[in-house]
Amino acid sequence: MFPFTLEKPRSTEDAIAAAASGARFIAGGTTLIDLMREQVECPDRLIDINSLPFGGIRVEGEDLVIGALARMAEVAADPNVQRLQPLIAESLIEGASPQLRNMASMGGNLLQRVRCPYFRMLDAGCNKRTPGSGCAAIDGLNSGHAILGTSDHCVATHPSDVAVALVALDATMRVKGPQGERSFPVEELFRLPGDTPHLEHTLLPGELIVEIRVPGGPHSRRARYLKVRDRASYEFALVSAAAALSIEDGVIREVRLAVGGVGTRPWRLRDCEAALVGTRPERRAFEEAAQLARQGARPLRHNQFKVELLPRTVVRALALAGEVA
Amino acid sequence: MAENPSELHPPGPIISRREALQATAAAAALAALPSASVAATNAAAANTVTLTMTVNGRAHTLTIDPRQSVLDVLRETLNLTGTKKGCNQGACGACTVLVNGKRIVSCLTLASMHDGARIETIEGLEKDGALHPLQEAFVEHDGLQCGFCTPGQIMSGLGCIAEGHAGSPEEIQFWMSGNICRCGAYPGIVAAVADAAGRT
Repeated sequence: MFPFTLEKPRSTEDAIAAAASGARFIAGGTTLIDLMREQVECPDRLIDINSLPFGGIRVEGEDLVIGALARMAEVAADPNVQRLQPLIAESLIEGASPQLRNMASMGGNLLQRVRCPYFRMLDAGCNKRTPGSGCAAIDGLNSGHAILGTSDHCVATHPSDVAVALVALDATMRVKGPQGERSFPVEELFRLPGDTPHLEHTLLPGELIVEIRVPGGPHSRRARYLKVRDRASYEFALVSAAAALSIEDGVIREVRLAVGGVGTRPWRLRDCEAALVGTRPERRAFEEAAQLARQGARPLRHNQFKVELLPRTVVRALALAGEVA
Repeated sequence: MAENPSELHPPGPIISRREALQATAAAAALAALPSASVAATNAAAANTVTLTMTVNGRAHTLTIDPRQSVLDVLRETLNLTGTKKGCNQGACGACTVLVNGKRIVSCLTLASMHDGARIETIEGLEKDGALHPLQEAFVEHDGLQCGFCTPGQIMSGLGCIAEGHAGSPEEIQFWMSGNICRCGAYPGIVAAVADAAGRT
């Protein structure tokens, strides 16, 4: 690991000013320390933001507001999160390990970097790590890679589970930066790789995520997260699906669907949602709608199974959500 | 054929295998460094931080390199080598310790971010010469073979029990999944955690 300085900011403004001039924020550090040790990231200044006042979880009306410095485990175990947005608790518990969930912050979770093995291999081409060096995954081992939103320059999936739930639930995020504050949908945080895969998010230099706001609604309770993976826990998704249903008089009024493990960013399935509104929550309707999930899929040599696994996972997640009393 | 122990262990200052390895590695590293690198290393060494940490109830004031993980400080600065370095990338759980009562992987966190922290390691579990009930349960249930992952398994098991996630074998399997055992002693590990949870 290259030498760096670690600074404890006296205020949020100090932290933002330091980051605007090139320093990196660090909270849990579970991604950054690992990547610094591998020399994939070599920041010379770190700003320890853990003393800033952006922790905690609160309820405002129907909204759940999660501080960006709240830890994954803390959010998953919070009674208000479990009561108001069980999908968020379930998606968090399905991610990482108990130890990592005690460490990793919510803001850091959203900004975690890809798990493509070639991203961490300094002698392999990776346009995300070294722009213009090529993508070793496209002709390499790519069973874990994306089938949606890929480009000829990058095929890595976004690894977060809770991001899938947040995108499904229309969560927004508040950020502070050198120019002041702004709020926008969590979905808009993530860029498609296109021909600039090294640009992963839409934050401006110095901007700091301070909180995540999740609006409640009739769909919030009848919601499930299903994660399909190579082992039962502590593994990244092959395919995952967040499904939330609002059912009135036996008819679906509202659906929220997003999937993970298949897209270069958390992937909302709006065509599937539209196809389900007004139908009865039955397996046949789920299966028909789920076929739309794979529109535009571009499988690689080793991940063709995801084209079939994706709709099946969506069907099962919808069925699980439908079973919630 | 009986060998003469004095030939195998000639008289002289007694040093451990670990100290011998450290001394050899340090000498090799110094020998390999050209003079410019020595200057760079010295410059880096000047960038130190001083902090306090309470480890197993004992307060320490430490001056460390900001690059040192909590694991590095435990093993190399405090010589508490019970906590193991397995993968050093947060995947295996061998380095699990409790920081302020919560289980974490000590390899993936900078010690310099834990000024004032209270840390518990495997060395702190024994009380007055008696093993902790979870340590006893690991012995009774054969929760190990080679033993390398065991300190991490036990510290993680303490967290698992304290969090209330040791209610059934299935629940323990899920909530202990951050600790890998390459010998495959999982049935014994799960049984030990379940047994200890039942005793407390």
